[in-house]
Amino acid sequence: MVALQETVERVKRIDVDQYRYGFETLIDSEKAPKGLSEETVKFISQKKNEPAWMLQWRLEAYRRWLTMTEPTWARVNYPKIDFQDIHYYAAPKPKKTVTSLDEIDPEILKTYEKLGIPLREVAMLEGIELKAGEDDPAKRKIAVDAVFDSVSVATTFKAELKKAGVIFMPISEAIREHPELVQKYLGSVVPTSDNFYATLNSAVFSDGSFVYVPPGVRCPMELSTYFRINERNTGQFERTLIIADKGSYVSYLEGCTAPQRDENQLHAAVVELVALDDAEIKYSTVQNWYPGNSEGKGGIYNFVTKRGDCRGANSKISWTQVETGSAITWKYPSCILRGDNSRGEFYSIAISNGFQQVDSGTKMIHLGKNTSSRIISKGIAAGKSQNTYRGLVTAHRKATGARNFTACDSLLIGDKCGAHTVPYIEAKNSSATFEHEATTSKISEDVLFYCIQRGLSQEEAVGLVVNGFVKQVLQRLPMEFAVEAQKLIAISLDGSVG
Amino acid sequence: MALLEIRDLHVGVEDREIIRGLHLSVHAGEVHAIMGPNGSGKSTLSHVIAGKPGYEVTDGQILFKGEDLLQMEPDERAAKGVFLAFQYPVEIPGVTTMNFLRAALNAQRKARDQQEFSTPAFLKRVREVAGSLNIPQDMIKRGVNVGFSGGEKKRNEILQMALFEPGLCILDEIDSGLDIDALRIVASGINALRSPERAMIVITHYRRLLDHIVPDIVHVMSKGRVMKSGGKELALELEACGYAQFEDAA
Repeated sequence: MVALQETVERVKRIDVDQYRYGFETLIDSEKAPKGLSEETVKFISQKKNEPAWMLQWRLEAYRRWLTMTEPTWARVNYPKIDFQDIHYYAAPKPKKTVTSLDEIDPEILKTYEKLGIPLREVAMLEGIELKAGEDDPAKRKIAVDAVFDSVSVATTFKAELKKAGVIFMPISEAIREHPELVQKYLGSVVPTSDNFYATLNSAVFSDGSFVYVPPGVRCPMELSTYFRINERNTGQFERTLIIADKGSYVSYLEGCTAPQRDENQLHAAVVELVALDDAEIKYSTVQNWYPGNSEGKGGIYNFVTKRGDCRGANSKISWTQVETGSAITWKYPSCILRGDNSRGEFYSIAISNGFQQVDSGTKMIHLGKNTSSRIISKGIAAGKSQNTYRGLVTAHRKATGARNFTACDSLLIGDKCGAHTVPYIEAKNSSATFEHEATTSKISEDVLFYCIQRGLSQEEAVGLVVNGFVKQVLQRLPMEFAVEAQKLIAISLDGSVG
Repeated sequence: MALLEIRDLHVGVEDREIIRGLHLSVHAGEVHAIMGPNGSGKSTLSHVIAGKPGYEVTDGQILFKGEDLLQMEPDERAAKGVFLAFQYPVEIPGVTTMNFLRAALNAQRKARDQQEFSTPAFLKRVREVAGSLNIPQDMIKRGVNVGFSGGEKKRNEILQMALFEPGLCILDEIDSGLDIDALRIVASGINALRSPERAMIVITHYRRLLDHIVPDIVHVMSKGRVMKSGGKELALELEACGYAQFEDAA
């Protein structure tokens, strides 16, 4: 018992209090008054200079939301959220209209620097330009859209993307500049009436990223959005819409952090992906919202709706997520496999420690013929956390030849945490082939002692075992992210490593 | 000075005394065999030397190169050169043997303020040693001990021993679960590591192993003590008369 007990103790002490991103940036900001009403919705729409149709869309969502109640089926516990006690809009106060990075509040730039997010493309552009086909991972370019509280503060590499025909911009800009695309696709995957949090988001979302990749284009670089909640008592409601037109490809990364605060903050995002014929979208997330302190105080409530629609034949959508933060995670990135021969994938690492509660998983909805899906979920529970995998795999009557493979593995560290697997499987036609595997294991003292006898420290031993456990999913991440994610896993589990 | 000096060691597990006043002195270059019936405390002794949690040392001393082992964490002991070949090596899925060996070796070297091995030098070294132990390359690329046969797991232990070059090797029933051919390979791997700077403690139930690894000194353990020590012929005597005579003496 001793070795394990020590590890557990150590994890308990260090973990969440070591949140590296817990600093706050002191800047002037402009906020909507607390509370939610039609006025709030109008205020946000006005701030964004939105066209009338957008305001109408929001108001319809708001009215619908008033008739809805919060879902309670997830295995998470939290005090009732007072939706009137939240600011629905906060924006860094601009000194004047921002046209280039140099005009952004240096405090915000510093924040992103501290977080290791490269917003200054200048430095990279001045360096050695890579020739086409040359693949130096250290120098590979990543276009970043940075969202600070409710607004996008900077999007890099816009010009270069434009050359390829790729549109990558804050969604607030896209609403004004590409209304035909936004009107056609917004809400087409996650309708405004979808669920309590998605409907709330539809009413009050303030920013997020918009991506459109034209037919036959392979997006020349990774696209990335970095979300940062800074303001106190503020909800972040971002909206992301990605459209991959016929035969195109795009890889998109998303990262999230927030300052350390005693109160809980709400994050209710909606992400919609649309893949047309032969298109592919790869969506990766490293979610590291503040998880709360070692007594379970504070932290982000992460209630997110993410859904991809494989609308075209032979399309493919792949979700990869590393979830280490948030006090509560309620998140099920899903795929609707509408096009014939379309393919959906979900690779997930969900780590919970301290008092964190995770209820996460995916939905694979097979509608087209010969569609296939694959789910690999790795849950790690430590401290006093609860970690639930919840998944739905369903084949429609006409979805002949549907195939799914699911593997859910859980790893327990200590004896005060819990791991739960809740799979729902429905096949409405006899030609579907669904496989489900699930395992739960504990890091045994014998394994730890074996590693330590070979010279590894306690932390190194836990890190090694955990990394072995999640390897299959880590390999799916773009390389820069995989390295970052591996470090993050070490930090969330035993702090003193790395 | 002895490499390993154990003086009047008393060890308990949950209020039950397992080792009761054990003395043992092992010099560099020597191979000691410890024999004894089940429950005599052989495995406990190996665990306590390596520092496995869960045992309470109530009295006595263990000195390694003159330093107090009992004051050191298990990973410090490993870095100082204490190696335990496990009776039941564990499986670590998703961690390749190669990565494991490298992480462990570099951790030890770091603890000794030595430079980490360069990758090519390390790979070359692993291939050489693996070759001499008939360990196929693909085994090193698989998860540590995952899907290995009993013989492969034991060979993997010897591979680690050869790589880490420890000063003291404790082999806890290395012969268990091995057929004759596997035993021969493992024993020749161990014999190749005998050297004037290194001591070995071979724990076994059976004389058979000692035909392959010929010890300098044989100890008979019973009820937590060394009852008799002698040359390699003591093993033969034991086989003829059994352990009963020593149990009576206790």
